[in-house]
Amino acid sequence: MTRRLRGFFLEIWLPVAVVGGWWFLSEDSTSPFFPPLRVIVDAFEANWVFERIGSDLLPSLQRFGLGLAIAAVAGIAVGTMLGLWTPVRRATAPVVDFLRSIPAPALISIMILLIGFDDKMKVSSIALASFFPVLLNTIDGVRGVEPQQLDMARAYKLSRRHRIFRIILPAATPQIFAGLRIALAVALLVMAFSEMFASTNGLGFFILFAQETYRIPDMWSGIIMLGLVGYAVNVVFLLVERRALRWHRGWRATARDAGGAA
Amino acid sequence: MQSLEVKQLSKTYGTNEHAVQAIRELTFDVQQGEFVCIVGPSGCGKTTLLKCLSGLLAPTAGAAFLEGKRIDGPSDGLALVFQEYSRSLLPWMTVRGNVVLPLLAQRLRKKERELRAAEALAAVGLSDFADRHPWQLSGGMQQRVAIARALAYKPSLLLMDEPFASVDAQTRADLEDLVLKVHADFGITVVFVTHDIDESVYLSDRIVVLTQRPTTVKEVVEVHLPRPRAQMATKELAEFTRLRGHVFRLIKGDTADAPPAVSEPAAYEAVIS
Repeated sequence: MTRRLRGFFLEIWLPVAVVGGWWFLSEDSTSPFFPPLRVIVDAFEANWVFERIGSDLLPSLQRFGLGLAIAAVAGIAVGTMLGLWTPVRRATAPVVDFLRSIPAPALISIMILLIGFDDKMKVSSIALASFFPVLLNTIDGVRGVEPQQLDMARAYKLSRRHRIFRIILPAATPQIFAGLRIALAVALLVMAFSEMFASTNGLGFFILFAQETYRIPDMWSGIIMLGLVGYAVNVVFLLVERRALRWHRGWRATARDAGGAA
Repeated sequence: MQSLEVKQLSKTYGTNEHAVQAIRELTFDVQQGEFVCIVGPSGCGKTTLLKCLSGLLAPTAGAAFLEGKRIDGPSDGLALVFQEYSRSLLPWMTVRGNVVLPLLAQRLRKKERELRAAEALAAVGLSDFADRHPWQLSGGMQQRVAIARALAYKPSLLLMDEPFASVDAQTRADLEDLVLKVHADFGITVVFVTHDIDESVYLSDRIVVLTQRPTTVKEVVEVHLPRPRAQMATKELAEFTRLRGHVFRLIKGDTADAPPAVSEPAAYEAVIS
């Protein structure tokens, strides 16, 4: 318990110091761009408790969640296919490498042309941009499956379905999660950015609109909200990953011990 | 009755000038219920042979027959225990999950699958560890899981590829006795590949001694040691010593009897004296 408490204090002191420092240093500020933190907190309370949760936060989260979910499912499915199917992987590699090299926000302009300004455009942009990290990591993970596990599956005549779902995909989960983690950050970025284009709601819209109309404390409150959302989804993601990859941590730890002993 | 029949089996890797012949016209057979060890110098095509027998690799010429049926792919009648348990067991599954896995391919009801897994785990003494993960167990226990997985499959022939190569000597002795017990209790035919000559003599009814690459059969040695065997009593028999010497000479050639070279230490002594 004391160790956990110590860990907690170790992690909390810096945020507390930063917020405290900001609070005192900005207290007498007269700059319109850097209002006192007190004013920002008031704006935060006015906007986010709970006035704009339904009108701006939820639409943002919906786009983010839907886009990321599409990217995850499509990335894992296509990545498994390409990972297992060498000719197709090699044939598509130049296209994949080209598309993934385009900075995500630039994709938004293509999406506007193709789809328009509505929600579908935002969800598609998020999905497309966060698709590539999942795809590439899944391909790597699938290709890295221990050959002897596949021999074993063949010797025991496991069906293709069992091979994929019981061996190949579980074996690739560590890499898939690494890809999802990047995808999460990309999805958040594209979410905020896409909402800055001709939107009527969402966190990105709120921040840009507040800035354009000189409601600087509102703008700051939106940025803080965005940061909190990013932090929260990361925490949730880490919890899921911890659970899903518990075997991997244990297995790696014992493999390391065995390697050290040998 | 014959369980396994290997006829003129050859396997060549590559073509033309890059061709490497791993096995050449290998012929031997294994009777039902027999325990046969395959030994040979390191680097000979033992693993290639096992892959051909288990249907993972197609021979270039000749054929192998399991109970009269030509082996042209993985078969229900045969289970393979791999050399490296740490690579063939799945770390994301529990011990039970690993043992049940091959049964998913067979049309069994869930209850029947669970029952078979429980029986197989009991046979290797791991009933209490069914819910652990393989990496929570010692190396010897992990190889027992791999053996249980093979047993649950209920094969008529158990193929083992140097299964005890990576465990310590005492664990190895325990596992050898476990395999002997399983062989006796289940009446299963075992083909056991090893590079350890003592192990081959201790375990088998017959030893198929292979030559260097391209591998062919050098001699089939009959082992008439009494069963059940015991680590101390069996290995103290004069016949055991004779057999292991015989197999050793078959593998190492006449150089086996020559004393190790001592020229360098001798020269060293000459200098300091």
